[in-house]
Amino acid sequence: MGRYVFKLPDVGEGTAEAEIVAWHVAVGDVIEEDQNLVDVMTDKATVEMTSPVSGKVISLHGEPGQMAAVGSALVELEVEGAGNAAGKAAPTQKAEAPTPAPIKDKAPPAGAKSPETKVLSALPSVPRTFGDKPLASPAVRQRARDLGIELQYVPGSGPAGRISHADLDAYVASGGSAPSARSAHAWRDGVEEIKIIGLRRKIAEKMQDSKRRIPHYAYVEEIDMTELEELRAHLNKTNRADQPKLNVLPFLIRALVRILPDYPQINARFDDDAGVVHRHAAVHVGIATQTVNGLIVPVVRHAEALDVWDLANEIARIAQLTREGKASRDDLSGSTITITSLGALGGVATTPVINHPEVAIIGPNAIIERPVVRNGQIVVRRMMNLSSSFDHRVVDGFDAAEFIQRVKAMLEHPATLFME
Amino acid sequence: MAEAIKTHVLVLGGGPGGYVAAIRAGQLGLDTTLIEVDRVGGTCLIRGCIPSKAIIHVAGQFQAMANPRHGISLGAPPAIDFAETVKWKEGVVDKLNSGVAALLKRAKVRVLNGWGTFTDGKTCRVATKDGDVTVAAEHVILAAGSLPVELPFLPFGGDVISSTEALSLSAVPKRLVVIGAGYIGLELGIAFRKLGAEMVVVEAMERILPLYDAPLVEPVRRWLQRNGVMLHLGAKAKGLEDGKLVLETKDGETLKLVADKILVTVGRKPSTEGWGLENMAVDMAGRFVKVDDRCATSMNGVWAVGDLVGEPMLEHKAATQGEMVAQIIAGHARKFDPASIPAVCFTEPEIVSAGLLPTPETAKDKSIITAIFPFAANGRALSMEAGDDGGFVRILARASDHRVLGIQAVGAHVSELSNEFSLALEMGAVLEDIAGTIHVHPTLGEAFNEASLRGLGHAIHI
Repeated sequence: MGRYVFKLPDVGEGTAEAEIVAWHVAVGDVIEEDQNLVDVMTDKATVEMTSPVSGKVISLHGEPGQMAAVGSALVELEVEGAGNAAGKAAPTQKAEAPTPAPIKDKAPPAGAKSPETKVLSALPSVPRTFGDKPLASPAVRQRARDLGIELQYVPGSGPAGRISHADLDAYVASGGSAPSARSAHAWRDGVEEIKIIGLRRKIAEKMQDSKRRIPHYAYVEEIDMTELEELRAHLNKTNRADQPKLNVLPFLIRALVRILPDYPQINARFDDDAGVVHRHAAVHVGIATQTVNGLIVPVVRHAEALDVWDLANEIARIAQLTREGKASRDDLSGSTITITSLGALGGVATTPVINHPEVAIIGPNAIIERPVVRNGQIVVRRMMNLSSSFDHRVVDGFDAAEFIQRVKAMLEHPATLFME
Repeated sequence: MAEAIKTHVLVLGGGPGGYVAAIRAGQLGLDTTLIEVDRVGGTCLIRGCIPSKAIIHVAGQFQAMANPRHGISLGAPPAIDFAETVKWKEGVVDKLNSGVAALLKRAKVRVLNGWGTFTDGKTCRVATKDGDVTVAAEHVILAAGSLPVELPFLPFGGDVISSTEALSLSAVPKRLVVIGAGYIGLELGIAFRKLGAEMVVVEAMERILPLYDAPLVEPVRRWLQRNGVMLHLGAKAKGLEDGKLVLETKDGETLKLVADKILVTVGRKPSTEGWGLENMAVDMAGRFVKVDDRCATSMNGVWAVGDLVGEPMLEHKAATQGEMVAQIIAGHARKFDPASIPAVCFTEPEIVSAGLLPTPETAKDKSIITAIFPFAANGRALSMEAGDDGGFVRILARASDHRVLGIQAVGAHVSELSNEFSLALEMGAVLEDIAGTIHVHPTLGEAFNEASLRGLGHAIHI
C-alpha cells in the first residue's frame, strides 16, 4: 500500500490558485480512476478534477470557498503499489488555508494518467425532474398543504432532494408563494446567511477592485436612433435565411471600432500596479452577460474585423456558451472595452462599473419614443440614452465626451457606419 | 309517521372507512350520524382481517403441536374442536366490536342500526327495527365497502362458500378446494391445511399471488409444495357436477375434484347496489365510485372512501381516507397522497410489500438498485425457523441518489416489519438513512438494515 497525493494541477495559463467549489468524495471513500474528486473554480470557469489513480481517500484539504494554490495537496489517497508520496499521511485533514503540502513529488504509480480536467457548468442543478414526486416527510407535506404550498416548487436540501421543515421555512421566507391572504401584512423574521463563494466571490472581488482603483467618470448622451432603427427593421425584414436578426449591439460595436482608432487611450488596459497603459490596436469587446449564477463577460475578439452580421452571430455564440457554462478561458478574457446592455430593462441612465483593467465601458439604455424638437416642430423620435464610464486617471473628460459625441453622430447617421 | 333528523355529517357504513370517519368527525365537534345494518366494525373486523388472523393463529399452534420438533414430544397427536376455535374467534370479534361501539359513543356519534337507502344525494331513509328514519345531511360519507365476487357458474350456497362462511365453519373440512390463489384464498387455505384439511388450489393465472413478482412468492410456493398442496395453475373452474368441482386444466383436460368445501376467493367487488347509489347522481370510475385525491365525489358534499372507491381494498387505506375526509369537512386542508399503501399477506410465510415492486423492466433498469438480504443469514430468523423457505428483505432504490422506492419482505413474522418499511418510504429515506439507523440485534428487522448496506455495496453479514 502506498500513498498518492493529488495536487492541484496548473488548470490554466497563469493560474496561481483556484477556489474549491465542491467536494465529490469524502474521507474513507474508495474511488476509481477517473472518478470526479472535486470542482475548483479558476477566474471564471469551473473545472472538474478527476483522480488519476484508484484508491481510498485518506484525507481532503480545504473546504468549499477556500482558495487552493496550484501544486498544493488536495486529496491524499491510499493506493495499491508505491504511490507518489513518502511517509505517513498528513497529520491533519482539517481545513486550514491550504499551504502547499511539504511532500516531495515522486513519479505517479505505473499506469497513472495525468489529471484530466474538463470544464463543466458552473451551476449546481436542482435535481428534481418534472413529474418526480417531491420527497418529504408526512409532517412536512401536511404543513405545506396548510400553507397552500405545492412542494413541487420547493427546493430540497436533504439527501435525494428531500424537503425539510427548514427548506419549507426558507421557501416561505423567500416569498416563494404568498401563503395566504391574511399573512400579506404579517411580520417576517429570520436572516438567511449566504456564503459568498465561487463565481459570486469573483464578481464581488472584481467590482470592488474596479471601484477602489478607478476614479469613474460618467457621461450620458441622448441619441436619436430613429434612422438606425428604420435601417435595422429593414435589414431584419429582408435578411437572408443564413443571416441572424440584428439588435442594436452590432451597430454600436461597428461605431466603436470605427472611432476608437482616433481615441487610443480609450481602447486600452491600464496596468496600474506597473503604471503602464497598454493601448490595443485590436478591439476586443467584452459583452456583459447575465447567467443564472451571475454576471460574466465573454469577449468578441477582433471586432474591428467583423461586419454587423458576423458580430451578431459572434455575440449570440459566446453568450450562449457562457449561459451554458461552456465558455473557455479564451472566450472570457482579454477584452479591451466592454459593453453592458440591459436590453428592454435599459432604463433612462446607468453608471456602469468599468471592467478593470479596462478604462472604458459603454451602456446603451432603452430606446423609447419621445417628443423632441426638430426644426421648431415637436416630433416623435425613437430616442436612446448612451451611458458610459471612463477611467479618469488615463482618459480626460473632454476626450471621453468628444468620443461619445462621435459615436452619437455616427449612430444618428447610420450610412456613415459603413462609409470608408 | 316516519321520524326525520338532520345531521351535519352522515356516514353510510360502519366498517373501518366509515367508523373512523365518524369518530374523527365526532372528535372534531361535528354532529355525526352513522348508518350500519350489522354490528359496527365492517368486513375487516367481523368477517375479514381480524377473524382470519385468529383462525391463522390457532392453525399455527395446531400445526406446531402436530409436528413436534427440537426435543418436544406429545403423548398423543393434537385434536381440534373447530367450533371452539370459532367461538374463541367470536370472542375476539365481540371485544373489538364493543370497543368500536364505545369509541363511537364517546365521540358522540349517533348510530342508526338499519338499512339505509339514499333518495337523493343528501337524504337517506333508514329502515330501523323501530320504523323508518329519514336523515338529511350537509355532508355524506359513503363507506359501503365491498363484497366477495361470486362466480356465475358456481354461486355461493351449500358447500360453495366465500371467505365469510369459511371463518364460521362448524368443522375443519376434510377436503378443501380453493378457487383463486390471491391472498385471501391462500391465507385461509393455508390455515385449514395446517389444521389438517387436504388442500387443492385452482388459479386461472400461471402462478400464485399474481400481484407479486415470482421471487417474492417463491417461499410460499415452496411451503405449499412441502405441505402437499395440489396447485392447478392456469386452470379454470367450470361448475359443479354431481357435487364434484369440474375443472379445465392448463392442458385442456377436464378434471373432477371431490371436495367437502369449495372456497371461492376470486376477488371482491365494491358494494354499489341496494342502497340508492343510483339516486345520488355521482360519477363512477368503472365499478367504483369516482373520487379525487380528497375523496370528493362528483357531487359537492358527497364523499366516498375505502373499498368503494378502488383498489387496494385494504383496511388501512379506508381508515386513512375516512379520517382525512372528516378533517376536510371540518375545514382542514388534506389530501390523500401516501408514499405507499403497504400490504401484508398472512400466508405461510408472510409477505410484505410497500412501494415499488420489481418488474422485468426494473430488473434491467440501471437507474434502479435492487438489494436483497436473505433471512438465512439473519441470526434471529435461524433461531426461530423464520427463514426456512428462503425468505428475504428486498429494497429497490434509485441509483442516482439512493432514494428508497420500494421494500418487500417474505418470511415468517415479517408482517410486523411492514410499518418500518412504510415509515422509511413516507419519511423519504435514502439507503444511507436505513444503513445509519441502529437495528436491534437479534431481530428480523436487522435484515432491512443489511439489505440497505448491500444496496450501498457493503453488507456485513453476507
